[in-house]
Amino acid sequence: MKWHRISAMFLRHVYLYRHSITRLVEIFYWPLLDLLVWGFVSLYLARLSDSGKSTPNFLAIFLGALILWDILFRSQQGISVSFLEEVWARNFLNLFVSPLTIGEYLLSLMLVAVFKVVVVFLISALLAWLLYSFNLFIIGIYLIPFVLNLVVLGWALGILTTSLILRFGQQAEVLAWGVAFLFQPISAVFYPVSVLPKFLQKLAQMIPASYVFEGMRAIIFGKNFPLDKLMAAFSLNVLYLGLSLVFFFKMFREVRARGLLARMGE
Amino acid sequence: MRGKDAALLQVINLSKSFNSFQAVKNVSFELYPGEILGLLGPNGAGKTTIIHMLLGLTSPSSGEIRIFGLDPSKAREREKILNLMNFSSTYVAMPYSLKVREALMVFARLYGVKNARQKIDALLGQFELEEVVDRPVRALSSGQMTRLNLAKAFINDPEILLLDEPTASLDPDIADRTRKYLIEVKKKRKMAILYTSHNMQEMEEISDRLLFLHHGEIIARGTPEELISRFRGEDLEDVFLKVAREVRA
Repeated sequence: MKWHRISAMFLRHVYLYRHSITRLVEIFYWPLLDLLVWGFVSLYLARLSDSGKSTPNFLAIFLGALILWDILFRSQQGISVSFLEEVWARNFLNLFVSPLTIGEYLLSLMLVAVFKVVVVFLISALLAWLLYSFNLFIIGIYLIPFVLNLVVLGWALGILTTSLILRFGQQAEVLAWGVAFLFQPISAVFYPVSVLPKFLQKLAQMIPASYVFEGMRAIIFGKNFPLDKLMAAFSLNVLYLGLSLVFFFKMFREVRARGLLARMGE
Repeated sequence: MRGKDAALLQVINLSKSFNSFQAVKNVSFELYPGEILGLLGPNGAGKTTIIHMLLGLTSPSSGEIRIFGLDPSKAREREKILNLMNFSSTYVAMPYSLKVREALMVFARLYGVKNARQKIDALLGQFELEEVVDRPVRALSSGQMTRLNLAKAFINDPEILLLDEPTASLDPDIADRTRKYLIEVKKKRKMAILYTSHNMQEMEEISDRLLFLHHGEIIARGTPEELISRFRGEDLEDVFLKVAREVRA
């Protein structure tokens, strides 16, 4: 064992973190998100037990929410990770010097995302039924519009992430795994928006997923179909998908002007 | 016009700046059917930037590009151009998780190739890839990867081919056979080829005309013989060293 070799490898990682803000942020990112999500889950459970009401269907609330959350995450990844596959394979240039248009490329990524979502959703639902006797389809036909909203939000996040990776390269790759989770604490996945502090409640109103999960809980608790929540989620999703596409095309023009598109593919 | 043929590709006063650095300065040239035009120059001379602008990967700061008389900066015209053009570079790879045949099938679809299976079989034979056809791309040697890239570049029977150091990782035998193949298809199909390489012997052998670039400018142009006689060199390598060192001094 030689100390100079151990210290050389330690130094190699110090240099890495010194030059990469994203890696530095990542150290704090996941523990902070875990703290927020599990902190609010604990608050929700404490309130439920204090209220003395009958115990809700925890399987539906947590397991159902987890499966639906995965739809959003896989939809986003279906776009950003599929894009990264081409970058890692150094195949990116071959695609962009073919007659493939940007619109066609984005549409193909959206289809990949839908394919991934369908496969993951069916397998998760089957396993939940086999392992925990939990039938996700108790939500019934209403599940379809909720799932579609999550898929579209996943597309918007995927396109946004891809735009940032295009512009900032490797530095931004970490977003492909982390960006959806940034919104998880205010998406009301495992607890209602009312558990959040007031300022976070205001932010949650801007997140389409929060309406989807609130709506899902309303149905599980036997309330009427929350059409207002569904419409709010849909309107926000259309807006965000439009904005993400505008941002993507703006970034694409910029990377072409800066010669970054070519550099990314080599 | 050169002979009877109109230029397939025209570059007029093309320039590209990255902030204060001017990578390409006022470059003009044409590429005619049935010719191989070599882009020659030291590292950083602007060869790759020119190729990237021709492919629409980098937008020019000023100047004009016309390919088949069309403007590649317009989306619809770019699509038409890229259907008739292709590109290969040693520095670009293919989807590594796919098998060789699958990778070529993806590109055959992208270019809308009819009878894709037969076309792929012919290319596999031409570039001696039959043995690795069912191997994943990631398992290929760098020479095999280069040949796969070349096979991809011929998948749509392009009228214009842009080749960025295509033989850099090939052994001398396969590199020689590749050059002979390029010369043959150029003659047979009147294909126009824009070619970059740091191998001066190769450039001398393969190029009908050469553009000598330095610091983004064309500092000399002509046939290999013309350049050798103009700069009183023994061969193209000698010319390259003389010109590059003269300009540096």
